[in-house]
Amino acid sequence: MSAARAIEADGLVRVFGKSLRAVDGIDLAVAPGEIYGFLGPNGAGKSTTVLMLTTLLPPTAGSARVAGFDVVREGAAVRAAIGAALQEAALDPLLTGREHLRLQTALHGLPRAERGTRVGELLERVGLTEAADRKVGGYSGGMKRRLDLALALVHEPSILFLDEPTTGLDIQSRSALWEEVARLAKDEGVTVFLTTQYLEEADVLADRVGIIDHGHIVAEGTPAALKAEIGRPTVDAEPANPGDREAFARVLARFGEPTQGSPRGVAVRLADHDGLAGVVRALDAENLPVANILLHAPSLDDVFLAKTGRSLEGAVEDPEPVGA
Amino acid sequence: MNDFAAHVVHLGRRSVLRTLRQPISVFPSLLFPLILLAVNVAGLDRATLLPGFPTDSYLDFALAFTFMQGTLFAAINAGTDLGRDIETGFLNRLALTPVRGMAMVAGQLAGAVALGLIQAAVFLSVGVIAGARIEAGVAGALVVVALSVLMALGFGAIGAVMALRTGSGETVQGLFPVLFALLFLSSMNLPRNIIDIDWFRQAATYNPVSYLIEAIRSLVIEGWNGQALALGFGMATGIAVLALAVAALSLRTRLVRT
Repeated sequence: MSAARAIEADGLVRVFGKSLRAVDGIDLAVAPGEIYGFLGPNGAGKSTTVLMLTTLLPPTAGSARVAGFDVVREGAAVRAAIGAALQEAALDPLLTGREHLRLQTALHGLPRAERGTRVGELLERVGLTEAADRKVGGYSGGMKRRLDLALALVHEPSILFLDEPTTGLDIQSRSALWEEVARLAKDEGVTVFLTTQYLEEADVLADRVGIIDHGHIVAEGTPAALKAEIGRPTVDAEPANPGDREAFARVLARFGEPTQGSPRGVAVRLADHDGLAGVVRALDAENLPVANILLHAPSLDDVFLAKTGRSLEGAVEDPEPVGA
Repeated sequence: MNDFAAHVVHLGRRSVLRTLRQPISVFPSLLFPLILLAVNVAGLDRATLLPGFPTDSYLDFALAFTFMQGTLFAAINAGTDLGRDIETGFLNRLALTPVRGMAMVAGQLAGAVALGLIQAAVFLSVGVIAGARIEAGVAGALVVVALSVLMALGFGAIGAVMALRTGSGETVQGLFPVLFALLFLSSMNLPRNIIDIDWFRQAATYNPVSYLIEAIRSLVIEGWNGQALALGFGMATGIAVLALAVAALSLRTRLVRT
């Protein structure tokens, strides 16, 4: 393994009980400064992987190095190099945001004189200065997640693990967190390992995405490459007159191969990415009125569907037995 | 101060803050023992007429029991708080810092110790105001406080063990009746030598709680009784050492960081 990689895993396995293989031999290679999106449904093995990489759970087999340190033999060195915001913001509702940060700075051994400054900086960065002296029990979900992020950054880690950081957040809070994570990677060179079950999150944030299902990585690459790999856009045209379906099918067949469309529409996978204008012109030339026309670009869900045979949007399984 | 001690202090501060910010936990632990004391004193005062009863004031006799009952509340609070930390993932957050496992538990017990201290001060004050007389004087009262704190530490560690074993604050609370039963199978209401029922006297004799209560009671009604104090402090220390050792073992199972 190379220390030039921020995170590396080789055949990482975690078995719970006698036979439940939550993580079943995954390989990872994340470059410094990269945002790596680990995408998969509930129960796929994302959180178990994060627990192993953050030293909180020993692997059953395989090996992993984080920041150049072995996660089993050099746990303390790994922990010194990483920050982590694990699933569900683990906060004490009876402490204030400032008290959380002060405790974290003290436990990480920051000199007393620097603690106040660092706490102030972090509160400012995550927009919690005004709420700093309120008990966390009164914080919104977004505020808790931002505090969670600030706590993970107390000791200026070079690698950040975020386990489903935006689950349950509203769009505004989600966007704010995305901005901060992107800024950390871009401006400060922090490597981010982000698990998510949101396609959009992986698409927007991640430089590269690993798709995990049943403990296996089923696809890996940049979002654009993964989408390009599974195919071209689909156009789905619905005739204004239901009797025109056959004529629609004939015209659309000139632009690509037929595929499954909407119940009243006719769909083809376009042979090239600029085919939509041609389809519109051809239908117009044939005097075929259109009720509705949709261009469906491939999404990461399509990638997931292509790789696993089912849609990520509905692929909710039993929660992972982490920490069992 | 070394890192371990510093971590205990920081986590202890958090634990004390948590305890003081939960009046719903603090008040019952102060109020219920005093209510039970009032009920017992009102209902059992004639027990002082029994031959061999060591004092003519049932208040003096029963005051010691409040400290023991308060200790159980402290234990349950410590266990519940640690159980919640496990449930919410806060323990994992701490596990990602350089803090050693035992510092986490020791810090958590600071809240129990603080509560034990508050309880001892309140129970002593209320007892004296109600007419109790501490035969061992002010120094004896301080020894009562010291023993209460040691008891809170030991039973708090038992609460921590329960939390580490079950990983649930609610389960720890559910175990309260079991611990409470231990109290009633002791010499809390009568001196062991005048308990008439054989099995009950035997149970009270084997129950370490009896010796904790009797040590405090001796300071209130007798003055300085070296044997009672040695047994009381010995039991309290033994319970604390044993419970902390089991807590350390339980922590190794619960906290599997590499």
